[in-house]
Amino acid sequence: MAKVTFWEERCKGCQLCTTACPKKIITMASNINEMGYHVASVTEQKKCTGCGLCVIICPDMVIEVERGREN
Amino acid sequence: MKKITARPYSLRDIPFHYCPGCMHGIAHRLVAEVIDELGIHGRTIGISSVGCSVFAKHYFNVDMIQAAHGRAPSIATGVKRVLPDRVLFTYQGDGDLAAIGIGDFIHTAYRGEKITTIFINNTVYGMTGGQMAPTTLIGQVTKTTPFGRSVEINGNPIRVCELIASVEGVAYVERVSLHNPKEIIKAKKAIRKAFEMQLNGIGFSLVEALSACPTNLGLSPLEAVKWMEEKMIPFYPLGVYKSPAGGGLSA
Amino acid sequence: MKGNDAIGEGAILAGCRHFFGYPITPQSEVTHYLAKRLPEVGGLFMQAESELASINLVFGAACAGARVMTASSGPGISLMQEGLSFLAGSELPCVLVNIMRGGPGLGNIGPSQADYFQATKGGGHGDYHTIVLAPNSVQEILDMMKKAFDMSDMYRMPVMVMADGIMGQMMEPVVINEEKSVEIPPRPWATIGRDYHENRNEINSLFVVLEEMEEVNLRLLHKYEEIHAKETLCEEYMLDDAEVALVAFGTVSRICRAVVDKAREQGIRAGLIRPITLWPFPHDVISRIAKSAQCFLAVEMNMGQMFEDVEIGAKGRAPVYHYGRLGGMVPLAKDILEELKKVSKRRGTGR
Repeated sequence: MAKVTFWEERCKGCQLCTTACPKKIITMASNINEMGYHVASVTEQKKCTGCGLCVIICPDMVIEVERGREN
Repeated sequence: MKKITARPYSLRDIPFHYCPGCMHGIAHRLVAEVIDELGIHGRTIGISSVGCSVFAKHYFNVDMIQAAHGRAPSIATGVKRVLPDRVLFTYQGDGDLAAIGIGDFIHTAYRGEKITTIFINNTVYGMTGGQMAPTTLIGQVTKTTPFGRSVEINGNPIRVCELIASVEGVAYVERVSLHNPKEIIKAKKAIRKAFEMQLNGIGFSLVEALSACPTNLGLSPLEAVKWMEEKMIPFYPLGVYKSPAGGGLSA
Repeated sequence: MKGNDAIGEGAILAGCRHFFGYPITPQSEVTHYLAKRLPEVGGLFMQAESELASINLVFGAACAGARVMTASSGPGISLMQEGLSFLAGSELPCVLVNIMRGGPGLGNIGPSQADYFQATKGGGHGDYHTIVLAPNSVQEILDMMKKAFDMSDMYRMPVMVMADGIMGQMMEPVVINEEKSVEIPPRPWATIGRDYHENRNEINSLFVVLEEMEEVNLRLLHKYEEIHAKETLCEEYMLDDAEVALVAFGTVSRICRAVVDKAREQGIRAGLIRPITLWPFPHDVISRIAKSAQCFLAVEMNMGQMFEDVEIGAKGRAPVYHYGRLGGMVPLAKDILEELKKVSKRRGTGR
């Protein structure tokens, strides 16, 4: 069980996370944030393994990953 | 559920001003994580240089000094000589370290100054708007090499790690890259090792981190990553160039 | 004691334990002295690879809260100007010594006062001042080093002590007033690591927000105004009834003092104003004397640099003349006396 969330207001839409995700579940959303960037998002949350590679590559510390049992 | 990630304490919670796809943010985070993990937060002093990363002074949650262009190693030396038990790091770009500041850099290395230099090489001047850096590749187009860098006019790119790998006072030299998670994990290990060299009093340590400047390369962040893989890394091979166990390339 | 040694010993007496420098004639003896002497008192002498590095090593040591200095001469001081501007902008204390030599360019190693403009009008880029002290005896050098460090601490800015090869080589008896312990003021702003003070410290001279930069500039301006009001130093000699007021600093002021005596023997009422702080310059003293004296004669080893400050002080109330020797030459007493006689009969301004 894993969950990935994006701090949308800090996302600059660089897409580096999309290359890092082994499951290829990160895509760019159609909506834009206050800075005018298309933000990263996850479409199929269930497929997330919580590997955290997206966190490692994100230059702006936008991504948070949680792992373990659901509370 | 448990968060597997947290913002390092040694990094202030301020949004980076860097452009989309710029890897300074990654390097900042790695340095801050290493400072946290080594438990040296309270005695670390950082020196930011001139260029885009001048604002590093603002982002790191440790005492920071903003240096004149190229002078960070001398300033770090000045602090270290007064306070030898403190941990000093400089954070410098390619223009700052390898062009205007190469004298300060080389002499600091030769003195075996117990400081750590984080060197971000993205082959181009960012802050001033995309001019040629000493590390710009042959043929690479920049604002001041509109027809591509030529050896005849501009000379050859400087390979910084190779340049100081043979220097006696130097304890540790490694070139890493920030273009994918695997290399970023290696980069963090290198940064940690570099700080450890300082903590153990062995000598000067340098980590050169290859990075992309999509804005000034005129590429998208993803194209810039590809450019790094195809053009940059072949010219700037990754690996350990010097360590106390012995030199040599061991990628 | 020799002047150059007095610079070193004065610094040690002031509690300075760190020196970073680069050899250049006629300053090298300061480094020779401190290279031996600093380790004896537990200090550090370090030779840098250039004056560029020297001033930034000084910058670093100042960030770490040390009493620190460097010394150089004209060409080396030119190289340090960037650092000096950054020290001023970052509001860091330190002391620089300039043993001036003939110039421009490589010039020569003869005594000179040609760096007056560079020292007192800024030197580096941006809106700032450096306190500039001009001793004229070995005893004064010795005592002035302490004053220089104290002022740099009090106002958090670089202080320069300016002399020339003659002052450096001059040997005079001195009285050493050894204070038991030098009190170095606390430095809550220093970047010494967060474990050692309450807040996170940042030493910085970058202010991208224009309003913030202006605020810093204004704070510096107020500091400079305060220094002008409180710290201006000047020696006055035989000025009460003087018709011609000589104005001279450093080496030349010693010669001019003898000229005043000689002139008075010959019935010419001469006096001497000796600025001890070149910045802040004693404009007020010049203004006051301008009411009683017929004219001023600025005597310098340059083309007329301090001359301009004398003119500012005189405010057109009395003519200001200039007499200078250049290129490392020293004005002779008899020539100054001749010039003094000439200007005492002249009217109107000019050099």
